[in-house]
Amino acid sequence: MTNGGTGIATAKSVVIKGGTVLDQRGEHRADVRVEGGVVTEVGAALRGGDTLDAGGCMVTPGFVDLHVHLREPGREEAETIETGSRAAAMGGFTAIVAMPNTEPPHDSLAVVQMVRRRGQEAGLCDVLPSGCITMGRAGETLAPMAELAAAGVHIFTDDGTGVQDPLLMRRALEYAKSLGITLAQHCEVSRLTEGAVMHEGACCSRLGVPGWPAVAEELMVMRDIELSRLTGAPVHFLHLSTAKSVDLVRTAKADGLRVTAEAAPHHFTLTDEMLTGFDPIFKVNPPLRERADIDAVKRGLADGTIDAIATDHAPHPAELKEMPLDQAPPGMLGLETSLALSISELGLELRHVVALLSWRPAAIAGVADRHGRAIEVGAPANITVFDPDLAWTVSPARLASKSRNTPYAGRAVRGKVRHTVLCGVPVVIDGEAQR
Amino acid sequence: MKHLLSIDEVGTDGLRHLLDLSDHMAEINRRPVPKVPALRGKTVVSLFFEDSTRTRLSFETAAKRLSADTMTFSVSTSSVNKGESLRDTIETVAAMGVDAFVVRHMSSGVPWQISRWTEASVINAGDGWHEHPTQALLDCYTIRTALNRPDGFEGLHIAIVGDIKHSRVARSDVWAFAALGARVTLVAPETLLPPSLDGWPVDVAHHIDDVVSKVDVLYMLRMQRERIHEALVPSLREYTSRFGLTPDRAGRLRQHAIVMHPGPMNRGVEMAVDPSELPGSVIAQQVTNGVSVRMAVLFQLLGSGSGLAGEAS
Repeated sequence: MTNGGTGIATAKSVVIKGGTVLDQRGEHRADVRVEGGVVTEVGAALRGGDTLDAGGCMVTPGFVDLHVHLREPGREEAETIETGSRAAAMGGFTAIVAMPNTEPPHDSLAVVQMVRRRGQEAGLCDVLPSGCITMGRAGETLAPMAELAAAGVHIFTDDGTGVQDPLLMRRALEYAKSLGITLAQHCEVSRLTEGAVMHEGACCSRLGVPGWPAVAEELMVMRDIELSRLTGAPVHFLHLSTAKSVDLVRTAKADGLRVTAEAAPHHFTLTDEMLTGFDPIFKVNPPLRERADIDAVKRGLADGTIDAIATDHAPHPAELKEMPLDQAPPGMLGLETSLALSISELGLELRHVVALLSWRPAAIAGVADRHGRAIEVGAPANITVFDPDLAWTVSPARLASKSRNTPYAGRAVRGKVRHTVLCGVPVVIDGEAQR
Repeated sequence: MKHLLSIDEVGTDGLRHLLDLSDHMAEINRRPVPKVPALRGKTVVSLFFEDSTRTRLSFETAAKRLSADTMTFSVSTSSVNKGESLRDTIETVAAMGVDAFVVRHMSSGVPWQISRWTEASVINAGDGWHEHPTQALLDCYTIRTALNRPDGFEGLHIAIVGDIKHSRVARSDVWAFAALGARVTLVAPETLLPPSLDGWPVDVAHHIDDVVSKVDVLYMLRMQRERIHEALVPSLREYTSRFGLTPDRAGRLRQHAIVMHPGPMNRGVEMAVDPSELPGSVIAQQVTNGVSVRMAVLFQLLGSGSGLAGEAS
């Protein structure tokens, strides 16, 4: 049996031993046997087969990242599907949604299938290609959403840019509704952010750097909430960064609308003041904002307004992050630090953190049949084992990503992935990628 | 002090010290042979990624009067146009043996980035909209000498008029003037102010007529024509009507008040009056003083603390 067509032979019996199983049904001490790609036994003192030591660790459904830039095809100097998959596995992810802003972008069957196949060849995690909403992400005509949906694409987005034209967005939602897919919006009214480098506020004013106003995000959140209300189609909001955006989504959910949202770890850990040394490593889109926004994002994650933690993993080679701040590309790494930052910074119970990293994003990505499933006999064996207490320091040189642009270099954090099991195969053992 | 990147990091005491040092330099500049050996053997490289005439010449003159060797790197003739990265450019030039880089760049923050890649001192000669610390020093020095305020600016009221939002001069002057004790008023339409003035030691007016008859220093900023296309002001005519220095307004200045401008001026826009007919204009002194304060900065960063007394051999 294979899972998602990863092509890995999965016959071997492996026992994850001595850990605490934590999933949507609760928490209990148990060993877990996986064999043939599925969970075959959950119980005490299981014997036989290979053993993965999980002493002191949580054994949870695999993590799902709704927002990853793998850069391949087109920007392989920054990341490839293989290196990005390895970083994902190291971060405990068994499935990742690959953003469409590659060169060429994910607006044709050929590109989508190529991305999925490369993911299968790498065999480190389930690579789920997203599709473009518009051809070339140009915001002018619709991409072949039905054709891509038939090929298994579930999330459609022009990420990197928002769909500016309200009529086109309305039509896209209407068209998508019957396909059972979800449109995900990068909320940015681009006319309000022309030339913008960082959050518009006191910090950019002092630094003499063009500002990215919060309202540029919030206006599009407002618009798409109303378009979802009008069309009845679901909308997923990517990387919410402002307090008002979180409030808007909270109200929309209270109205019963089909909206979901994600937030990135950098938007609940770092403020715009990180830019005072003009280091482009801290440039990201949407930008790092203010303390009040961080607090609002955390509240949104705590009360369920925000459904998922998504990394917006955005690799860039060093030479691009050494350009002048206004010319350097936005984006930061995220896959290998997401769990630790979530545990260290959110102040939430572990089960809540895992929900935000696993089964909730799995449902949004449309893969709840095989990822983020409760650990019970018969469930696909996509499992993450992590030590919630292990203290470590982020070191860019030790990351599996091809790029080094983490904003957390030298930061002391807590919580680390020990093993990642994909389709019954341990792809990370004791913090080491196995392929 | 290793670098001069922003006015903030100089501090009030540092400002006073540099202004005192500028007095010594001004004395040197009045000599028949205005040259001393203070920085003999030191190499100062001007890295200008953006056009500038007066700042570059001013720095080079300052360096030469202190007997430093100077090199000029300008983008039009450099390998930057062949795709060489900023960091590679810096590391290559630094490898030739450089004591100080004088950096002008159209992007805010570039001098900070460069300071992380070289052991040489970095002097910010203007970065984007951010800072122009030697301009602030020469402005302070000019006010100090023109109004005879050697001990500070307590009680002085300074208005900075115009496009504050895009002005590195304003972002340095505001903090320097305030550090020396002046009251600073920014005069601009909301569209030409930074999005937030939280923490700025200033008050704000929206019409030049609110300040023109009250201030000791009227500091006029250059108004760029392209701001019209960005919908920041409706027209230059309307700008001049509310923020330009007209002959009528010049007549309402206080007797002792001085008028300053960082250059280059837009005649008929912010300067709707001939500066040569303005008794209070110290615009020419600003340029002269620029050499003295830049000598002070170079000496402070590169000098050994002696060598100011003698003459170049």
